[in-house]
Amino acid sequence: MVGPENEHFLDDDAGRLVRPYTVSNGRTRPSKHMELLSWVVATGRVPRGHLEPDHARALRLCSDPTTVAEISAHLKLPAAITKVVLSDLVDCGALSTRAPSPIADPTDRSVLEAVLHGLQRRL
Amino acid sequence: MAYNDDSELSPVFPTALKILIAGGFGVGKTTFVGAVSEIRPLRTEEIITTASVGTDSLTGVENKSTTTVALDFGRITVDPRYILYVFGTPGQDRFWFMWDELSAGALGAVVLADTRRLQDSFAAIDFFEARGIDFLVAVNQFDGSFHYTPEEVRAALELKPDVPIVMCDARNSRSATAVLIALLQHLLGTSRNRSA
Repeated sequence: MVGPENEHFLDDDAGRLVRPYTVSNGRTRPSKHMELLSWVVATGRVPRGHLEPDHARALRLCSDPTTVAEISAHLKLPAAITKVVLSDLVDCGALSTRAPSPIADPTDRSVLEAVLHGLQRRL
Repeated sequence: MAYNDDSELSPVFPTALKILIAGGFGVGKTTFVGAVSEIRPLRTEEIITTASVGTDSLTGVENKSTTTVALDFGRITVDPRYILYVFGTPGQDRFWFMWDELSAGALGAVVLADTRRLQDSFAAIDFFEARGIDFLVAVNQFDGSFHYTPEEVRAALELKPDVPIVMCDARNSRSATAVLIALLQHLLGTSRNRSA
């Protein structure tokens, strides 16, 4: 009944067959502070030793800079558990991370204008 | 800052920004997110610990419980520097309001309203007012709903004069994008007033 190690126990109808907290060994607090819109990207460093299936899958999703929210959606894991998985990968050097907007202030006019112009181009 | 030491090995990350889409159940939030997004909307969820959520038929039971809050979101690449995420709540808003991380740092918000059930918008309006998050009200014009004027909607929702009201069709990409544009114009107007 259990498939190959890297197979994901996901089925659109059945939902996820591995309980979320099993993935994180019951941990709900990541070792690194992460937000939904924190960025993560693979460093190219290959972690030593065995990766759990969700960790391996998360790492594959990070070949380009991606946000925690998107990884969470693709892994079908709650955001808190996704953060634990991703911070494990940061701890072993496989991922680097950056907070969502260390520079941008939401009330910064140049930011608002850039967003406005970007949206207007879509019309 | 802790990020600085990453700069050598990591590529230049864009900046992620967010706008929230709130409103009553079934008002078209997920439809709106899908209409503006460049990707098929994604869903994430969070487990929120709630310490007795008031106005519940279970009030009186003052214990902590956990509830799962789902969130649909889409993405708009504004330019190479900025990626805008648009978050909408498919479920019950009162739990979503406890997800502090979501509202922190949001550029602003859209309260989607259905004129057949305007009262469903009150929770979202109260929330954004209390948090000081600038928002506008977008009336999603459903087939068969009576078309009220913006001022009638303003009066019914007891909105302050400076809160913009726009009409939209949440299914239509141009119409929904125009709502976001109106929000950004409002935010720029507000930031001018603040700095003046």
